[in-house]
Amino acid sequence: MAEIAIKQVAKRFGSFTALHSIDLTIADQEFMVLLGASGCGKTTLLRIVAGLETPSQGEVWIGGRRVDHLPPRERGIAMVFQNYAVFPHLTVFENIAFGLRMKKLPQQEVEGRVNRTAELMHIEQLLKRYSGQLSGGQRQRVAVARALAMEPDVILMDEPLSNLDALLRLEMRAELKGVLAASKTTTIYVTHDQVEAMSLADRIAVMHQGHIVQAASPVEVYRNPAARFVGSFIGNPPMNFIPAAKAADGSWTVAGLTLPGPKSDKQTIEFAIRPEDVDAGTEGLHATVRVVEPLGPHTLVTCDVEGGLFRAILESNVTVAVGDHLRLLPKPDRIRWFDPETTNAL
Amino acid sequence: MSTVAELSIAAPEARKAGNWLLVATVILLCVWVLLPIYLLIVNALSSPEEVTAFPKRFFPSFDFGSLSFFINFAGVARALWNSVLVATLTMLLSIGFGAPAGYALSRFEFPGKETFRFLVLMTRAFPLPLLALPLAVMFIRTGLDDTAIGLALVHTTLALPFAVLITFSLFSGIPVELEEAAWTLGCTRLQAFRKIILPLALPGIAASAVFAFTISWNEVFAAAVLTIENRTLTAFLLQSLGESPLYLKFAGGAALVIPALIFIFAVRKYLFAMWGIANR
Repeated sequence: MAEIAIKQVAKRFGSFTALHSIDLTIADQEFMVLLGASGCGKTTLLRIVAGLETPSQGEVWIGGRRVDHLPPRERGIAMVFQNYAVFPHLTVFENIAFGLRMKKLPQQEVEGRVNRTAELMHIEQLLKRYSGQLSGGQRQRVAVARALAMEPDVILMDEPLSNLDALLRLEMRAELKGVLAASKTTTIYVTHDQVEAMSLADRIAVMHQGHIVQAASPVEVYRNPAARFVGSFIGNPPMNFIPAAKAADGSWTVAGLTLPGPKSDKQTIEFAIRPEDVDAGTEGLHATVRVVEPLGPHTLVTCDVEGGLFRAILESNVTVAVGDHLRLLPKPDRIRWFDPETTNAL
Repeated sequence: MSTVAELSIAAPEARKAGNWLLVATVILLCVWVLLPIYLLIVNALSSPEEVTAFPKRFFPSFDFGSLSFFINFAGVARALWNSVLVATLTMLLSIGFGAPAGYALSRFEFPGKETFRFLVLMTRAFPLPLLALPLAVMFIRTGLDDTAIGLALVHTTLALPFAVLITFSLFSGIPVELEEAAWTLGCTRLQAFRKIILPLALPGIAASAVFAFTISWNEVFAAAVLTIENRTLTAFLLQSLGESPLYLKFAGGAALVIPALIFIFAVRKYLFAMWGIANR
């Protein structure tokens, strides 16, 4: 059992606040991804859980034990670093065995575990080599094997794939998911890559300016963003936002279309829809086509709606040309509304 | 910027002349450094008659007469032993204090860090002769005068700035993630240093130690002022070779210079690193 509880953790560097009172609970064996742009505090949060950074306030609990005053070695964690951190003066075997030797395990046990994890990561033929003789992808495998060999309760990963080229990243991503699911550890994984986050996570915690904006399953984060930031950060292209004006009967007028919406005492709120959730038809939002990009399976159309940019993903058999006037009908169950002041979902 | 553009479009003749100038300068500088060393070696390995004769031979006659006379000269062996002792003490003290300071500079943020780095360099700005008299007085009062440890302390102040700066650049070249990885794998700070950082830094630390040794080995002023009975080789030569014949001066000079040259040559890579030119 290794549930992780982060309670009111804050971190300040001088006058700069990197983390504002973070509360997050990660269930045993859950795969939690911290997602955000660089500088949002995700790596700082991970390093606080690891014990490489001391929180300015708050508590960190791992497996029912308060650990924020403990050094990294007493927390039952293993970490994989962005630049791999494979020890250059040790062979791959000794790298993987390093933590086990620190635990003073008998030689037979060490050999067994090293061989098992090396096989798991497909590096058993590299055990006698040094870090300098390995490619980036192989080094990353060594780093993961070194962490897995510890059989830790918790594995922490800090952008482990970001130094790999695109193809290798894809391959490693699928492999990591399988290996970590089988190892039954609790995982915290930091990334700025939303595709990586969506594909790996049980739950995604979206971070922005030192806050966790939303922590939910990938589909939930995608479908029901808790705040405007989440909708505009996740999805490629991101969500569209259009101002909506209050109509007489309490419904909302959006670019020439009247829609039922949430009750609000504000005069304008924001209407939001994902690009793939509109259909071209005879009624809907008034749009003027600016750019047409046929992408094969579908066509990406960038339009002008109420003076703002609006992206729509349409069937590739829809023929549109620049300058055309379109009517885009949003799917009713996919429409979201945001408060323009708090930016929260309504 | 404009000069670069002008150079690249300069006429071929001008470029050729520039190349010649470069080659000539390189040759001049090499001669400047190498000629005295060459003459020193040739004369040290020649017989006393050849040293004063003219014209010189291009290759020495490998006559070890003057060298062996020098080695057996009364007091040389003792002075040599003193030099080695003082230099070894200097080396231990410089690394003992310098390496931790270099580590702290490279790994920790603390108030006054930049000032400290500047002050380390500033210590080199004090002329030793200015300090020598008060130092001598203080050493006599404390009983440190004419002892190996006393002189080693003075040499350490000379060598320490280099030890700090070399080890600083050395530790800075080792990614901090390696240490952090070791901590997460069960190491204390000390164990991580011993098992990860030390093996990686050891060649550089050894080089820095050799450099400190060489600084002490070559130092003559403080050695001459602060020792009387226990002279180091440099101080001894300064005192006794003044009145010696020419061929003995060459032998003494060679005995001093050659070890220092070999030491510096062995650690040149790390000295370059200190000044920020390619780190291996």
